[in-house]
Amino acid sequence: MIKFFKSTFEKIIEGTLFLSSTITTLAIVLIIVFLFREGIGTFNQSPIEEGFSLVVNKNNPINELSAQQIKNIFDQNITNWKTVGGNKDSIILFNLDNISNFYSDSAIGENFEFLPQCISDYTEKHSGVVAFVSTRYTGKGFTGKILTTPKVTITQFISQKEWFPTAQPAAQLGVLALILGTLWVSFGAIVIALPLGLATSIYMAEVANPKVRNFLKPLVELLAGIPSVVYGFFGLVIIVPGIQKLFDLPVGETALAGSIVLGIMALPTIITISEDALRTTPKAMKEASLALGANKWQTTARVVIPYSSSGITAAAILGIGRAIGETMAVLMVTGNAAVIPHSFLEPVRTIPATIAAELGEAPQGGLHYKALFALGCILFIITMAINLIVGYVSSKKKYNTR
Amino acid sequence: MKAKIKITTVLFLLSIISISTFSQILKIKGSDTVLPLSQKEAETYMKKNKSAKITVTGGGSGVGIAAFLNGSTDIAMASRKIKMSEKMKLQDAGKAYKEVVIANDALSVIVNPANKISQLTREQLEGIFTGKITNWKEVGGNDEKIVAYSRESSSGTFEFFKEHVLNNKNYGTAILMMPATGAVVQSVSQTKGAIGYVGFAYIEKNVKPLKISYDKGKTFIEPTVANAKTKLYPVVRPLYYYYLTKDAAKVKSLIDFILSTDGQKVVSEVGYISLK
Repeated sequence: MIKFFKSTFEKIIEGTLFLSSTITTLAIVLIIVFLFREGIGTFNQSPIEEGFSLVVNKNNPINELSAQQIKNIFDQNITNWKTVGGNKDSIILFNLDNISNFYSDSAIGENFEFLPQCISDYTEKHSGVVAFVSTRYTGKGFTGKILTTPKVTITQFISQKEWFPTAQPAAQLGVLALILGTLWVSFGAIVIALPLGLATSIYMAEVANPKVRNFLKPLVELLAGIPSVVYGFFGLVIIVPGIQKLFDLPVGETALAGSIVLGIMALPTIITISEDALRTTPKAMKEASLALGANKWQTTARVVIPYSSSGITAAAILGIGRAIGETMAVLMVTGNAAVIPHSFLEPVRTIPATIAAELGEAPQGGLHYKALFALGCILFIITMAINLIVGYVSSKKKYNTR
Repeated sequence: MKAKIKITTVLFLLSIISISTFSQILKIKGSDTVLPLSQKEAETYMKKNKSAKITVTGGGSGVGIAAFLNGSTDIAMASRKIKMSEKMKLQDAGKAYKEVVIANDALSVIVNPANKISQLTREQLEGIFTGKITNWKEVGGNDEKIVAYSRESSSGTFEFFKEHVLNNKNYGTAILMMPATGAVVQSVSQTKGAIGYVGFAYIEKNVKPLKISYDKGKTFIEPTVANAKTKLYPVVRPLYYYYLTKDAAKVKSLIDFILSTDGQKVVSEVGYISLK
């Protein structure tokens, strides 16, 4: 009887463990599927808001305008149709929100019943007009020509440089600057954090006496417990003005400031994990090395570090992951200008900061919302690629040392 | 212990029932700019009328009006006028609405106190924030790079500035986007060539507000409360409440309170421009 209970008890535990791992796996798969399903929705959509269209005079030879051209036209950087391949005629902008400048309220009608006629009339009379109007006014009886816009494609999404997701009439979805900004800041953070973190962990595991170690270890772990907003604030008030003075820059919110803050944030992860890994080296191995006449440094470099390399790799991966995905601190110190960075001393905008800053106001299911999910996909792919590369490199190294 | 659990459960259930059976909860939703004002007004109002229940939530002007469209809020607060497309949607749904201006908000353009510039025209501001003017010497200042700070695109202030100052043009790519108004003030105060825009309530000693001209440099107006009230200062926006005509009886006493002298005193306390 007791034996039976024992075996059922074991079965239950086994079942629970199995269930936990299944749930975890399912959750991860679900998140990935959800992320990619929403993200892929960005493509093959028109960059113009749903339910709206761009119309021109029917004699205008232009049939199609790209999102970029539309933005330049509405920003009045392009003022003549000749620039985009049309007739020599100046462009007149017409927007529904400023229709009251052209027609009185009585002409539009109290319930906007004459609005379609007004728009039709205006586009007919002015040959250079381009109007951004709801599709419901361009139906029956409309005399203008509706322009088509190329759909958002993956190559365009990744290669274009301008990120204006809320621009009217056509959203500009170019994420190159954001991707480069993210990589730039993370790379800087790793360059700062990895050597510093490894040195600290080796010191704590091999060199420091127990008293110092018992003091240092909780301190480092405390660093991990500080909320990221606090790091961000620290960065904004201390590091940003510091960098500005040190390099005599016009602006202190730079990629370097982000890298330093992220580097500090990644330190506790790297130190704790790699220190734990270093300390798992069996005493017998270390003593054997010392007995063969190797000094302490040789033992550490040739025996302890190679033995714990997989733990150190894990530390590096988790540190990089933290750096790439960190949101709040970066949002506060990098300046968030969506320009392609040429040096560490320029403002950058990262992918996580963009998602955090914009998702709140992006209408659910809209193009902007989906584009932010697509950014999430890119972030996921970057992190995964780095993990795979680090895993590959460290496995190769292990093979060599044996 | 068991008795304690029982009592708490009963209390919990009772509180749920009492909340759900309470019919007169007034819901206000929308702009984050109006949020602190609405909260303070609702608090003061509920102190006076013990039976009134008001919940105020933020989310942005667009979110508020969307909630208003599908009927999940009684009042939509907005830091901009209702858009043409939103008007159409309301009309399609056969809903008549009323608009009330409850207060005014003014934006001031700020620079670092070390900057010798003290006034700019709208055209110059447009040039700076669209990225066409990049050095202070182009507008009569020292030979120094301009560092322009803006709010993130989710902010109503971002839209307001774009519409009223940039003439609906897009911001330049090199403009620095800050997550909060406090961060704009902080950055402008510590960056020599900085320029930014913030609500009146955020002006501090360590930044310098600029005089603005909307008539191509003929007159420059100082951003003061008095000038904003008379609409002499050009960058002023009204803050709106929208409600359905059929709900008029339900919301009347709250709106009357906000428009009263006491209500408008709260407006000044929160840092906006009162109507009177």
